Amino acid sequence: MTEPLLRTENLQKSFGALRATDDVSLDLRPGEIHALIGPNGAGKSTLIKQIAGGLAPDAGRVVFDGQDVTALSTVARARAGLGRTFQISALAMEYTVLQNAMLGALGQAGSVWRFFRPVMGDSALRLRAEQALERVGLETLVTQRTAELSHGQRRLLEVAVALTLRPRAFLMDEPMAGLGTDGSQTLTAFLDDLRREAPILLVEHDMDAVFALADRISVLVYGRIIATGTAAEIRANKEVREAYLGEEAGV
Amino acid sequence: MSRAGLINLALFAMLPLTAGAALMLDEPFIITLATKVAILALAGVGLNIALGLGGLVSLGHAAFFGIGGYAMGILASHAQSFTPLMQAPFLIEGTKSMPVIWLVAVIAGALAALAIGALSLRTTGVYFIMITLAFGQMLYYFAISWPAYGGEDGLSIWVRNGFPGLNTLDPIQFFAIAFVLLALALWGAGRLAASPFGLALQAARQNAERVETVGLSPYRLRLVAFVISGAVTALAGALFADLNRFVSPTMLSWQMSGEIMIFIILGGVGRLYGPVAGAALFILLEHVLGGLSDFWHVYLGLLLLLVVLFARGGLIGALAGREVAHD
Ligand SMILES: Nc1ncnc2c1ncn2[C@@H]1O[C@H](COP(=O)(O)OP(=O)(O)OP(=O)(O)O)[C@@H](O)[C@H]1O
Ligand SMILES: [Mg+2]
Repeated sequence: MTEPLLRTENLQKSFGALRATDDVSLDLRPGEIHALIGPNGAGKSTLIKQIAGGLAPDAGRVVFDGQDVTALSTVARARAGLGRTFQISALAMEYTVLQNAMLGALGQAGSVWRFFRPVMGDSALRLRAEQALERVGLETLVTQRTAELSHGQRRLLEVAVALTLRPRAFLMDEPMAGLGTDGSQTLTAFLDDLRREAPILLVEHDMDAVFALADRISVLVYGRIIATGTAAEIRANKEVREAYLGEEAGV
Repeated sequence: MSRAGLINLALFAMLPLTAGAALMLDEPFIITLATKVAILALAGVGLNIALGLGGLVSLGHAAFFGIGGYAMGILASHAQSFTPLMQAPFLIEGTKSMPVIWLVAVIAGALAALAIGALSLRTTGVYFIMITLAFGQMLYYFAISWPAYGGEDGLSIWVRNGFPGLNTLDPIQFFAIAFVLLALALWGAGRLAASPFGLALQAARQNAERVETVGLSPYRLRLVAFVISGAVTALAGALFADLNRFVSPTMLSWQMSGEIMIFIILGGVGRLYGPVAGAALFILLEHVLGGLSDFWHVYLGLLLLLVVLFARGGLIGALAGREVAHD
């Protein structure tokens, strides 16, 4: 078995009496898509936040590429190679689509301390931003203001910005939401290839996408991982069917 | 050229045209008013880097304005009394040279902004406003209680400082100095807004989490913006003191901070030329309404209210309409 690139060890997080993350240990191996599924409010986004930074766990560790990153800031973790997309789009809404992608390219290049040359004239950054937008199919919308994008288009822009970062691992929180059937299928095909560039920890409610893509699936219920396994194992798991999949398991 | 571009050009040309006309009509007071507008607009351009680009609502920018003023006052007062600022460990003399004074003002303003910003920027929102206000007030009371440089009464400088090759006592020549500095600041601020740093800074205003996620620290971006902002405002303060040949704690007061912010709000937050429009309107109102009534601030307040309620983009926004997204 290959060494995992990313793992959490016994993560715990409570909000008052609510145990949002209850002793969660999971890992992400090179080349794989590891899907994290579970009902609304199970604690999926809370877990992603603790891995990406921005929310400190009460106990446990996050280890990325052999290094304990639990105490590192979001900025440091992004620099280390964690590329995150948000469930609720976190984009610069006044900017154009291209400007948002340029921001990602700029962050990756680390060349932000330049005060005179127009950033839009930086052809290397621009090329990288445009390539990322093209890969998710947003190339016709480069001059569109982000605030004017549909919900689904914003999700794709989130993915494009993450691509400009050239991360070593992706953390994606419901990238399919709002995409519609066609959009989901296109993105599914894209993620299928993307895992060869960097493994993906994928939070997703779209079960078609999850079962089509995931090398492994972990099921989170009330902050706890009740099962981890291949698509077939998860489908067959009785506890999972009762707790979450229900009739969806038949799909 | 776009409509906003034309308006900017008109605003920019308005000052030298006014000063030129006043020169022909032999109205030196009008030239002085135009100079005052240019200097106050410069202070506004400084604040606008923090406020407009960075979204940092600083109610303490009078601190930097006043520091620039005192940099000029202290250096010039030592020069006019022929006493050195200090003798040990090395000799520092006063100076009547504007370029040297500007350099000192800019450095002092930048250092003060670094210290104030490093602490204030750990907070956001209303706490940030309050902390910057508190720092401004600290400096204000310090200046009042510091007897060496006039305390509450301030410092008078008898003769305006010099600039190589120019007669700074001639109103039109001093206007030219102030206007060129304003033009340079506007040009620099425009470049800054479009630069890589500007892209990241304005993104941090819109969504700090997004900026962190691409591996950039909003805190550092804001701190650098705050330092640049403080330095430009301090330069304006040095010029303002030179215009009046006087500096007093009033330059450090929170009312002064408020005035600089009013220029920006009147002109349009985040608009490059907003402070020019705002400062011009402010001085115009002060002299037109101020001549009619002692309570002209009431009318200013009403105008501000109208702008905030109905014309968020300020004067420029109202004239130019919504700016189209570019590139
Ligand atoms: N900052 C917070 N303070 C208090 N409670 C929180 C906080 N963040 C999340 N929660 C709670 O923790 C639980 C887990 O939330 P989380 O957003 O992680 O769920 P999720 O699995 O991502 O759900 P969804 O599928 O709806 O996105 C929820 O009950 C939520 O209300
Ligand atoms: Mg969620």
